[in-house]
Amino acid sequence: MNKRNVVLAFLALAALLVAPHFLKSYGLYLLTYWLVFILATMGLNLTVGYAGQKSLGHAAFFGIGAYTVAIMMKAGLSFWLGLPAAALLCFLVGLALGFPALRVQTIYLAFATLGFNTAAWLVMRNEEWLTGGTFGINNIARPSLFGMSLDGSLAYYHFTLGMTIIFAALLWGLLRSPWGKAFTALRDNPIRAESLGVDIRGYTLLSFAIGAAYAGIAGALFASLVQFIDPAPFTVGSSIMMYLMVVVGGPGYFLGPVLGAAVGVVLPEWLRFAQAWYLFVFGTAVVLLMIWLPDGLLSIPDRLRARREAREASAARSAAAARHGGNA
Amino acid sequence: MTDFLQLFFSGMATGSIYALAALGFTLLWQASGTINFAQGEFVMLPAFAMVGLIAAGAPLPLAFVLTVVLAIGVLGWAFKRGVVDPLFRHGMMPIVVATIGLSIALSNGVRAGYSAEAHPFAGMFPDRIFNIAGVTITLADCGTLAFALLLVLATQSFLARTVTGRAMQAVAQNTESATVLGINVPRMIFYTFAINAALACAAALLVTPVYLAKFDMGVSLGTKAFFAAVIGGFNNSRGALLGGVIVGVGENLAAAYVSPQYKDAVALALFMVVILFKPQGLLGRKEERKV
Repeated sequence: MNKRNVVLAFLALAALLVAPHFLKSYGLYLLTYWLVFILATMGLNLTVGYAGQKSLGHAAFFGIGAYTVAIMMKAGLSFWLGLPAAALLCFLVGLALGFPALRVQTIYLAFATLGFNTAAWLVMRNEEWLTGGTFGINNIARPSLFGMSLDGSLAYYHFTLGMTIIFAALLWGLLRSPWGKAFTALRDNPIRAESLGVDIRGYTLLSFAIGAAYAGIAGALFASLVQFIDPAPFTVGSSIMMYLMVVVGGPGYFLGPVLGAAVGVVLPEWLRFAQAWYLFVFGTAVVLLMIWLPDGLLSIPDRLRARREAREASAARSAAAARHGGNA
Repeated sequence: MTDFLQLFFSGMATGSIYALAALGFTLLWQASGTINFAQGEFVMLPAFAMVGLIAAGAPLPLAFVLTVVLAIGVLGWAFKRGVVDPLFRHGMMPIVVATIGLSIALSNGVRAGYSAEAHPFAGMFPDRIFNIAGVTITLADCGTLAFALLLVLATQSFLARTVTGRAMQAVAQNTESATVLGINVPRMIFYTFAINAALACAAALLVTPVYLAKFDMGVSLGTKAFFAAVIGGFNNSRGALLGGVIVGVGENLAAAYVSPQYKDAVALALFMVVILFKPQGLLGRKEERKV
């Protein structure tokens, strides 16, 4: 991280701390909502952007996390027990699902996760004794931290911000560890990575399961944020949306999810009155983006830099050629 | 036993519709390496086109023919030119993402621009019920099954018996050799897209009387078509038929004997079993991976 990035990070943090004071409660809610989805899509970015797997069932893990916390809190257990349980459950389910699906081509994982999402959604809708069915679970409490209640929306916002930063930092660390390098190696060239001794199967499985665990944590925060959950936010459609958020923001860019979550959930939530039109425009934009900018929005600076460098290089070449021509 | 036969037969009818969508899926995959996530929406749009044309006073056969022509232009030619061709050199994933975007745009475009309601659609088969040895069979099921089977077999024999069909197969197997042999590769690929569009229209014609025309009808249909294609074998056109029928029958039996609420999970369960034990699909060939 160079100095400019450090300054930018501090400015962003300052903005995130100051912004709530200028927002009404709905604005604050949207901001917290955004953070939750950043956390969820960061996990997906690990799976999709860094390890190159195609997962279309992220909302199922998000939902499993949310329901785990909600059900445990309804049973009188603490949020602080529910949160790791949600993460662990998602991690294990991710392992169990990824194991068969990763045996074959990557595209199979996409459909296996898609089908898994349908199945998870059916369980959420049908098993009323556990999940409340379509009536959902309401009055989910917010946790408290070291005796401080996080009931207020500002307090909960700060809590979510803190959690997002902690887990973003963990992910940053993971990506810079040998593990992270192995993930990228197997995305860029799986066969080469295998011949270099990277256990492809193990690492892809792990990247998928860790991504799922992030969704579980985000889901836990989501349950306490909205305080009422029903199966609706955990459909296949939501999963596809999360995948597109990663792709639109820029897969493999650390901050891609920040941008992706803004255009993928926060804008449509805010523009709820015109949601169908928004999604129509969004879908069309995705198609155009793939044609013109297949690496996502955050690849624009890289693109511009590459173009400038190419131009400079060609200018230098022609200047050199002119000089040689002059000498001859 | 009669119940079982009844369920089995109506499952086959539904399955044959899945097979139509799945067949288009495998043909696109073989010819151009395209996995079309908007396959379900490719069935939904013709359904609405037919609903619109019938509302405008066209009789059903005319509406269907016009829809097929329109679909070959829009879902075949324009889709290939506008989405697949520019993305082809980037590999498979950008096409997958673009077709996901396309499916969102199409379904929400219909929802916002036309209607969010379900529209009834009269089928081409009259309501009649047969009773053979205690087994009740509807004419609609018989007709659907016969029509879908006929289409699948017609497509197959077109691919296997005609010069154009064989050229299309050559392109699917090895594009470079096909070019060397003087086959017009882009045209053959366009034919595949056109056949896919026409099959989608036929699937719409058969499925809409049951599912009703609704903006989100494509979601489950598209997924099941893919599952059916994989179960049968992704690189084998006959596999699509087998896979579709297996999924349709499996769903119907599971709904009756296991749990109606989990009917939609059957295709997933079958798919998982197949990729665990026979990843290339029931009728598929194993493909070697290339470095």
